[in-house]
Amino acid sequence: MTTNTNQTPILQTKSLVKRYGSVTAIDHADFELYPGEILAIIGDNGAGKSSLIKALSGALVPDEGEILLDGQPVNFSSPMEARALGIETVYQNLAVSPALNIADNLFLGREIRKPGILGSVFRMLDKKAMEQKAKDKMTELGLMTIQNISQAVESLSGGQRQGVAVARSALFGTKVVIMDEPTAALGVKESRRVLNLIKEVRDRGLPIILISHNMPHVFEVADRIHIHRLGRRAAVITPQSHSMSEAVAIMTGALEVKSDPQAA
Amino acid sequence: MSSTEQKNSTAVLDHDKVADQAQVYEARFEHKETLVQRFKKFLHHYPVAAPSIVLLLAIFCFSLIVGGRFLSAFNLSLVLQQVTIIGMVGIAQTLIILTAGIDLSVGAIMVLASVVMGRMAIDYGLDPWLALCVGIAVGAVAGFINGSLITRLKLPPFIATLGTWNVFFALNLWYSNSETIRAEDISNTAPLLQWLGNTIDVFGAQLTYGSLLMLAMFVVIWYALNWTAWGRHVYATGDDPAAAKLAGIRTDRILLSVYILAGIVCALGAWVLIGRIGSISPQAGYTTNLDSITAVVIGGCSLFGGRGSIFGTLIGALVVGIFRNGLALAGVDVLWQEFTVGILIIVAVGVDQWIRKGTA
Repeated sequence: MTTNTNQTPILQTKSLVKRYGSVTAIDHADFELYPGEILAIIGDNGAGKSSLIKALSGALVPDEGEILLDGQPVNFSSPMEARALGIETVYQNLAVSPALNIADNLFLGREIRKPGILGSVFRMLDKKAMEQKAKDKMTELGLMTIQNISQAVESLSGGQRQGVAVARSALFGTKVVIMDEPTAALGVKESRRVLNLIKEVRDRGLPIILISHNMPHVFEVADRIHIHRLGRRAAVITPQSHSMSEAVAIMTGALEVKSDPQAA
Repeated sequence: MSSTEQKNSTAVLDHDKVADQAQVYEARFEHKETLVQRFKKFLHHYPVAAPSIVLLLAIFCFSLIVGGRFLSAFNLSLVLQQVTIIGMVGIAQTLIILTAGIDLSVGAIMVLASVVMGRMAIDYGLDPWLALCVGIAVGAVAGFINGSLITRLKLPPFIATLGTWNVFFALNLWYSNSETIRAEDISNTAPLLQWLGNTIDVFGAQLTYGSLLMLAMFVVIWYALNWTAWGRHVYATGDDPAAAKLAGIRTDRILLSVYILAGIVCALGAWVLIGRIGSISPQAGYTTNLDSITAVVIGGCSLFGGRGSIFGTLIGALVVGIFRNGLALAGVDVLWQEFTVGILIIVAVGVDQWIRKGTA
């Protein structure tokens, strides 16, 4: 899939700044995500990737600069606000509640109530509707190797749990899905499943921001790669334009790139 | 096509190859489950099963040892009466333990509420219904104080409620002047407060209104925990607060609501308490704190939060009641009742750990 950089970015930051005392975590960072692409963000530890992601997902309020969603300036003061605008985040390992079942986890915080008096007065949950929707989404994403939608998440493998988290983001994300190290805690085989799942979600039209330390994974699935260094964007490359070692060189500052992101 | 692109695509291919080989090792750990493992899984899946089995076994054993006297409808309803207060306060304690907290002040809240109800109705001549409402409000405020200490000041629940336990108990002694309100005074001016002590006869079983209220409360709270979003959030908050927060749950609000609700349930327990003992004593219900925790633990609730069923607590309370009653009828000294309850607690938690190991 090629990214059309002439379109309006679906999510964009302009000269974003966040300081913690004397430390500048985000230093006039620019960032663009275009429709239908997987954009990987890579960078060394402490480069400010997480701060950038937190700003995009509403977990952190920037000091300066602006965030544009579909070209419109937005201000998130909490992850809930970002989520209400269709930005979903999949977290590395804190994603799911182990004792609750799959359907409960998918709808946690966004439960469906029964119609009529049962729902409005007695606040009764529509468990059937939630289970059906959960089943549909899991099947759509090819995750229905999980037999029972009402089994506790703790009985699933790490990859399956991550699958539940991805399904949740795909179920509610309407604009962007942010995935923070989705394969970090997984084995080889399970990583593959999650990577395929990421592509599946992208092919369904949701653009994805993928944060990962795993270069082969990044080079496999990303359409473009945003390299973060010292709190700002050092370069935007594609898996076709640069090699992994070049990417690492840019990441660590061994290689300077005066690249125009539009040309990438 | 540049050479770098080729290099990358071979890297990806290699990676694929390696991953495909990994398939070979997949699912090699599956083996046939032994009967014990299946039993363990069953217990893990149905948290009420273990205490239920203990309850049935206990009833069976005592009916063999003591005989028909134990198994009579009258005696069994007596056990229900005896566990009503613990059951009621146990509901409050379960809610809190499900959030991975603990409340040492439940007994003190109950007694404080009962003293307030009594003084309002008898000393100030308030309408009994109003006195009841004031007592329940006191319970809610006490719960709000506990919840605020835990969510705003971020105190550990154990410490916060250890403190409020003493505070509430002292307030209760001060407000009551350490005096008991006599049963006759209550029945003359505010019989409503004793109303829950009335019994109805069902085939020889003496059911008090208080026991029925307790059973109704179990059903209501069960519904709230299992069929409302709030209930799911209580479990999620206790299970993994960080994950719950990331899912958009305002865990502090959930905690606060749980402590307030627990306070209200304790105040209802105060009403049941007045019905049960007739009078209002600032010294009553002193052991309720720990007894409620005992019921919850024997009922299979995890002290680490997020796991357990509200009905487990009812069964836990009944197990304790059955053992005390059965041992008493068998003519065993009271001290051995305490001994047995202690063993039960240790066994219950031991079984819980065993169930959790390897199945989670």
